[in-house]
Amino acid sequence: MNATLQLFLIISSALFSIGLLATLSRRHAIFILIGIELMLAAANLNFIVFWRFGSQQQQPTGVMVAIFSIAIAAAEAAVGLALVIAIYRHYRTTNVDKFDSLKG
Amino acid sequence: MNSVAFLAIAIITLSGALAAATLPKLIHAALSLVIVFVGVAAYFFLLGAEFVGLVQIFVYIGAVAVLIVFTILLTRRDSVNDRGVNWGGVIVALAVFGGLLWIILNTTSLALPAPQTEPLTVKQIGESLMTNYVWPLQCVGLVLTVALIGALILVMEEKRER
Amino acid sequence: MSSWIVTSIWLIPAAPLAFSLLILSLTNSRRAAAAGLAITGQIAALAMSILAFLPTLQTPGFREVHNFTWFTFGDQALRLGWVLDPLAAAMLIMITLVGLCIFVFSAGYMAEDKNFTRFFAYLSFFSGAMLGVVIANSLLLLFVSWELVGLASYLLIGFWIERPSAAAAAKKAFITTRIGDLGFFLGMLWLYHASGTLLFYDNGNGALEPNGLLKIGSSVTLVALLIFCGAVGKSGQFPLHVWLPDAMEGPTPVSALIHAATMVAAGVFLVARVYPLFSLGAVNGVTPSLTVVVSIGVVTALMASLIALAQFDIKRILAYSTVSQLGLMMVSLGVGGVAAGIMHLIAHGFFKALLFLGAGSVIHGLHHEQDIRKMGALRWIMPVTFLTYTVGMMNLSGVPFFFSGGWTKEEILHRTAEWPLSRLPHYLMLAGVVLTALYMTRQVIYVFFGSKRDASAPHESPGVMTMPLIILAACSIILAIFLTPAWPCLHAYLNGEPAHLDLSALVQPMLFLSLVLVAAGIGLGWLMYRNAGEIDPLARAQPGLFRFLENKMWIDEFYEHTFIACSRVVAHLSDFLDRYFWDGLVSLFSGIAQAFAVLSKGFDDHAINARVDDTTTGARRFGRLIAAGHSGQIQAYLGAIALGMLLLLVLYAWLA
Repeated sequence: MNATLQLFLIISSALFSIGLLATLSRRHAIFILIGIELMLAAANLNFIVFWRFGSQQQQPTGVMVAIFSIAIAAAEAAVGLALVIAIYRHYRTTNVDKFDSLKG
Repeated sequence: MNSVAFLAIAIITLSGALAAATLPKLIHAALSLVIVFVGVAAYFFLLGAEFVGLVQIFVYIGAVAVLIVFTILLTRRDSVNDRGVNWGGVIVALAVFGGLLWIILNTTSLALPAPQTEPLTVKQIGESLMTNYVWPLQCVGLVLTVALIGALILVMEEKRER
Repeated sequence: MSSWIVTSIWLIPAAPLAFSLLILSLTNSRRAAAAGLAITGQIAALAMSILAFLPTLQTPGFREVHNFTWFTFGDQALRLGWVLDPLAAAMLIMITLVGLCIFVFSAGYMAEDKNFTRFFAYLSFFSGAMLGVVIANSLLLLFVSWELVGLASYLLIGFWIERPSAAAAAKKAFITTRIGDLGFFLGMLWLYHASGTLLFYDNGNGALEPNGLLKIGSSVTLVALLIFCGAVGKSGQFPLHVWLPDAMEGPTPVSALIHAATMVAAGVFLVARVYPLFSLGAVNGVTPSLTVVVSIGVVTALMASLIALAQFDIKRILAYSTVSQLGLMMVSLGVGGVAAGIMHLIAHGFFKALLFLGAGSVIHGLHHEQDIRKMGALRWIMPVTFLTYTVGMMNLSGVPFFFSGGWTKEEILHRTAEWPLSRLPHYLMLAGVVLTALYMTRQVIYVFFGSKRDASAPHESPGVMTMPLIILAACSIILAIFLTPAWPCLHAYLNGEPAHLDLSALVQPMLFLSLVLVAAGIGLGWLMYRNAGEIDPLARAQPGLFRFLENKMWIDEFYEHTFIACSRVVAHLSDFLDRYFWDGLVSLFSGIAQAFAVLSKGFDDHAINARVDDTTTGARRFGRLIAAGHSGQIQAYLGAIALGMLLLLVLYAWLA
């Protein structure tokens, strides 16, 4: 049996859902970031999968989008984690239920 | 595409992801996240996108995972343990997964095997980056610079006010 | 069999490197384990070196390479590889054997040090890197190992980092050798540019083989000289020799292993390895680059042996003698005696390690006293050290017949005599022989003879320290058998030709001449220093000259007031430019911008803000109305987005 497009999509949707689960259900801010990373990874996987199963491999669009998305994800992680640290300094907690005000 | 490799990577990636999402201790979750990244990178290799796989390893494992661990260390004095789970979120996530699965399984045109192709070389990727994608590349560079400065400013201690 | 050992020869440097990592993972208290692991790694490397040595013995001129592609960029492939030939095999044996002795010695010498494990990790690391230099078949791989060796040297010189002098010496060594390495690096780039390959041997296409040499063509002199820069830095040749005496701040086993036996010899090895680059286009055995090598070698050898005459630190004397011996090797390479130079390198590796370890034993026995004026009469107290030290001294002074150093020095003198360009190097080297014998006699008399000048109670070192001394002394004597001109088997082995027994070669005028010279040196030394006390006899006779030599010919001071002062002036100048000129310019612009900002602020406050305020009050009221639905909980928002996505999914399914 060879892995088909369908199987890959199932894997990536499972990965996405697990990321969503972490983002929505955990109270710790870093878990939310972890969930977002998981969802981004799932999306990247989808880009690559569709590129590979598509008919025009010599047009590296899927690969390009994945590369850019990884770059953006790095920026996102840096800023997100910096925000966690900044908020932690302010509130002395990382529980997101306590962050409900944008004003210091 | 080797189905044994596919299955093995699937098991590793998904169990890693579940662990990352559900483990009570943050540091364990962060380490499981590394496993997920490795798994996804392995998929990239399997799919013939070696360059993206390598970038994935460098950026995610080399930078993002390390960053997360650092943040955990910097905020570890937060002793309030994260016990409570937002069950509403769990239900929504499961519902989304169910919906996605249902649609994927019902779309028959997706059950196609991978076509045979020439491998994509790093040279081609480099050429694309320098020709068709040169503006996006510049923008990403700008975004990264701004993100770097922004992150620095965010974590800088505000000494004058206190 | 033979090809198996060639493809897996990388295991030789890999073993000490792997053990070094293992040792690093140990805690500070696991002393026995650290020493045991390091010595095991060294024994493994030695065993494999002997395995690698065997096939090279069977066929004269044996040379096998194993090349592989490291990575490809575009249509260019960067290839690395290793080579096994007599030169590499002989060096492997020398390094691992001397290294093993020094490792064992260190276990005793460093027994009370608090960073014992770290020391052995560094030593193993060094050993692995050095073996990498020897087996490299690519200038790049050699350069990488070369730099690793430099790093190890830096770490070990500064091992007692709490001493400011050690930290300064480590920095000095690192930076000084870096100056030479810059040349080496440029030479490497140039070589790649000219020949398109960095491999030494590659089935006729390597940089050292006819096809490659053909491609390099006329730029070969420049390439050779640039690479020689690296050798000058590493081997402490004039004018970059200044770091080597200072490197004696490191623990004595380090001085023995790195700064006498192996690393500093890497420069000589490098020149021997890329010798075809130096000798290309030789007329009568002379090329411009080789002439430079000879001149640098002669200057270094003579200058260092003169300075050694006026030093009082036991290790510094040996350091200067190392510099001078390395100069001698360079001279030998330069006049065409590659085999002679390498033979001297190997013999020197053994006896100089022996001398340094002997010095270490003396220092250890005297509770870390290094001033020879405070030693004396140790020959009865430390008999083993005394005897082995004397063997080392005989080797270094060049007494022939029983001592390997004597034969190799003899060989080099022969070679210099045959140099067609000039006889000057020959005569200067003969003078060097006298000087060497003289300063070694001075040192031995100060340390082991005369009256006891030290108040503390010296003692003989433990067996773990004397054992390596005895082994090294035995090695340096046994080695002499293979070095005699009557049966020149090491010479033949290095040149890839069979050896013949020819007793008549023993009787030569040169041999008697050098015998006379050595005897003169030792005799003169005995006469001069027999009754030496606190004040050196030479200082009494020629105070000006002595002061000149004692201060190392003021070369350090010269550098301080020229090169370092120059760079300091440039730094100050840039600092000034930055601070006053550029900064002023920037301030001017920012002042203009500020003035403009003040103006527009006034306009903003009074003309625009008042109108805007009215609008915002309305907007705020409306906003408050909507804000009620916003709890501020991120997860509620995210959940809403997910629900929206679910809704879209349902919609899609319904429409499809």
